[in-house]
Amino acid sequence: MTWPDLTQSLSPAVRAGLPLFALTLTLGAYLFGVELQKRLRTPLANPVLIAILLIGVTLRLLHLSYHDYFAGAQFIHFLLGPATVALAIPMVRALEHMRRGFWPMMSALLAGCLVGIVSGYGLVRLLGGDQTVALSMAPKSLTTPIAIAVSATIGGIPSLSAVLAILGGILVAVAIDPVLHLIRIDEPSARGLAAGTAGSGIGASRVIPQHTLSAAFAGVAIGVNGILTAVLAPILVPLLKHW
Amino acid sequence: MIRPIFILLLFQLAGELLRAATHIEVPGPVIGMILLAAWYILRRREPEPALEQAADGLLSWLGLLFVPAGVGIVANLALLRAAWLPISVALVGSTFLTLLTTAWIMHRLGRRRAFLQKEGQ
Repeated sequence: MTWPDLTQSLSPAVRAGLPLFALTLTLGAYLFGVELQKRLRTPLANPVLIAILLIGVTLRLLHLSYHDYFAGAQFIHFLLGPATVALAIPMVRALEHMRRGFWPMMSALLAGCLVGIVSGYGLVRLLGGDQTVALSMAPKSLTTPIAIAVSATIGGIPSLSAVLAILGGILVAVAIDPVLHLIRIDEPSARGLAAGTAGSGIGASRVIPQHTLSAAFAGVAIGVNGILTAVLAPILVPLLKHW
Repeated sequence: MIRPIFILLLFQLAGELLRAATHIEVPGPVIGMILLAAWYILRRREPEPALEQAADGLLSWLGLLFVPAGVGIVANLALLRAAWLPISVALVGSTFLTLLTTAWIMHRLGRRRAFLQKEGQ
């Protein structure tokens, strides 16, 4: 029996137990990604990207559509809502550390937020990408659950925004040390704030072990940039579309 | 275990209802997050340990939760193939611009502040 025959005959069985199969596949693929990252110890081996790749290939081999897969995976997807609400907790905890220096932080965050939305949208349009792609790029600096929600709100493709948010985070994790070294910025506060604003959780994972102040600023940046972009993007997008 | 889950769902529900009632275009869970943060900041209270524990637990597996949404990219492969150049240039360019802007402004404002404090002494 050849490989395509095997997958062809497996397909009906998998289809019969679809929700269970999709759930088990998702957990298994993610755990595999986590293990692989532990071994390779690099932000490039991101568990979520590995899981997406594995699941994508499996669906293709078994002739299943995304719709089939989502029938089971929706149970995990549902938890994104409460998890987004839960982001308030680390943010409140970190905010307690920084009553001073609040306004410089908010100014830098607001600037980073605006630059992220406008340059993300603008660069895609400038290079000939279409509207939907540009709208999916606009929330790419946010933590993935909020990027998905904002993308759906402003008319982007949520799955594209999710992948872009992860890739952007990896980019920040890899590049932040050399880039900030180059322009001679080494205060933990500025490093943490920039990592969280541009690269959310994955970007922050690079600076969190370096300094407790970096960790606190990164935590606040992730939450506040999520809120600022969620509020500002729907206002900015109609203006950007005009231009 | 049930109480913290109830609190998170309750705030999400409040966010969704507020969104539906006011037609503001902010995602419901984000409104829920703002409400929960405001709840603790305004009352100047620390989050209760059970809720902190549940939040930490949920957030330590946050990556798993966006796999289902991310897999949707397989349905958009044609789009990726057609627009790979604007996507990759914009992703890299915009990410670096955001990183540099935030770090530079925080650096300048933070430093000026430290300088003023020294002057005041």
